[in-house]
Amino acid sequence: MNRLLKIIFVLLIVRPLVLIILGLNIKGREKLPLEGPAVIAANHNSHLDTMALFSLYPLSKVHKLRPVAAADYFLANPLMAWFSLNVIGIIPINRSGTNRKELLFDDCYKALDNGDILILFPEGTRGEPEKISKLKKGIYYLVKERPNTAVIPVVTYGLGRALPRGEALLVPFTCDVAIGDALPPVSTSGELVELLGNSYGQLLKSCLTYHESDQ
Amino acid sequence: MFNIPDNSLTAMLAVLVVLVIATLIQFYLRKTRPDKDYRELTLRITSWWWIIGLLFLFLAMGTTASIIFFAFISFLALKEFISIVPIRQADRNAAFWAYLSIPFQYYWVAAGWYGMFIIFIPVYLFLLIPMRMVLKGETDGFIKSAGTLHWAAMLTVFSVSHVAYLLVLPDKNTLAGGIGLVLFLLFMTQFNDVSQYVWGKLLGKHKIIPKVSPNKTWQGFLGGMLTITLVAALVAPYLTPMNRIEGLIGGLLISISGFFGDVVISAVKRDLNIKDSGSLIPGHGGILDRMDSLIYTGPLFFHYIYYLHY
Repeated sequence: MNRLLKIIFVLLIVRPLVLIILGLNIKGREKLPLEGPAVIAANHNSHLDTMALFSLYPLSKVHKLRPVAAADYFLANPLMAWFSLNVIGIIPINRSGTNRKELLFDDCYKALDNGDILILFPEGTRGEPEKISKLKKGIYYLVKERPNTAVIPVVTYGLGRALPRGEALLVPFTCDVAIGDALPPVSTSGELVELLGNSYGQLLKSCLTYHESDQ
Repeated sequence: MFNIPDNSLTAMLAVLVVLVIATLIQFYLRKTRPDKDYRELTLRITSWWWIIGLLFLFLAMGTTASIIFFAFISFLALKEFISIVPIRQADRNAAFWAYLSIPFQYYWVAAGWYGMFIIFIPVYLFLLIPMRMVLKGETDGFIKSAGTLHWAAMLTVFSVSHVAYLLVLPDKNTLAGGIGLVLFLLFMTQFNDVSQYVWGKLLGKHKIIPKVSPNKTWQGFLGGMLTITLVAALVAPYLTPMNRIEGLIGGLLISISGFFGDVVISAVKRDLNIKDSGSLIPGHGGILDRMDSLIYTGPLFFHYIYYLHY
């Protein structure tokens, strides 16, 4: 990853896009981890989710943010692969399930040991717009090996209306970002998924643009 | 750049003096009563500096810059409105068309094309939004979405663009210019909010519409009305082509319509179970929270003065 390119990208593209074209209502900003090792466990509705999280960080810290992203999608063509790896700074992950867990998370462990902040989407996909899909258990296996890693639940809302999966037209909407308390240590993957799900539920209710009728 | 007519310049300086005094009072309060929490007040005043600073900067830069400024305000307000109301995923394209109406509407303003300015959103956009929606083909909730989107554009684009149109009206009071009309409208609208609040705090007893806005009382409403009517009569000849009597009625109009703008947006928020419409302006809430009264006073004051003098 090229740190300077990432700062320029955040300053000239991400911030004007997220803060002026879209606009954010932010809840719990002080809970955002500024230092790693940490995992931001966010719901996923749009490519804008990552952009919204980038916009919340000071430029001096953006290089710490490493979105964990599907290799099959982001490395599909050379241009996108270059951009994803060098500007966004993704950690590519193999979704096909053929790799063993240790190998699967190898780059994630390296990043955490380096004090980075991983952005993970436990739904595994953007899915249907503005709906939270079933959460996957990857985060549990990731933090089991690195118990000093804080897991911070983050819910974004509205970004799936602004730019949903499969649409090219970006429509401006003010969106919500709600940051929750770090999850307590857990002993099973089921426990982690349950805690995370509960936290998402609460954070979603605190979103200004969320309506019960949306679900 | 910076050729502001004399009376308008004086009015702008007067507003800045008021703001400086408010800031000094706030510093004094924070110094003498460190036990109390004045953070909200500080935020509000800081935001006022931003709002007034930006407004005056763009007004000073000339008509075109000011029109772009108001177009941007419309964009922010429309975005805020359609983000808090429930609309369907299928309405994205129609919402995009509502956004597209902004550059058109403000172009009519800049060109001084009154006929188009006055019918574009009430007629053309009114017909276009359901047209775009019907092409999308989602009929479930169609009526509600068509109504919501058009209403949103009327409130945030059509209404607000009337403030900008004041700038392109011919100069009838050369000492104040179009800026004078804008300052008069914005100042009276804001001062009405403040005086209704202050009179309500001092004497408020009988609630007007407790289900919508429990803080609105007859005493506040009438006190504010009296204050604004008098102040408007005094100020009108300096900033507008109106004489004292016309100014008096203008003040009355702003006071009553400002009240309704305020409670209409309150009703919207109550319907959605939210307190503020957004978090864009620290200490104030969203942009609609700040502009609620202007949505009503803008078009009504415009047509009053247009009928009298243009």
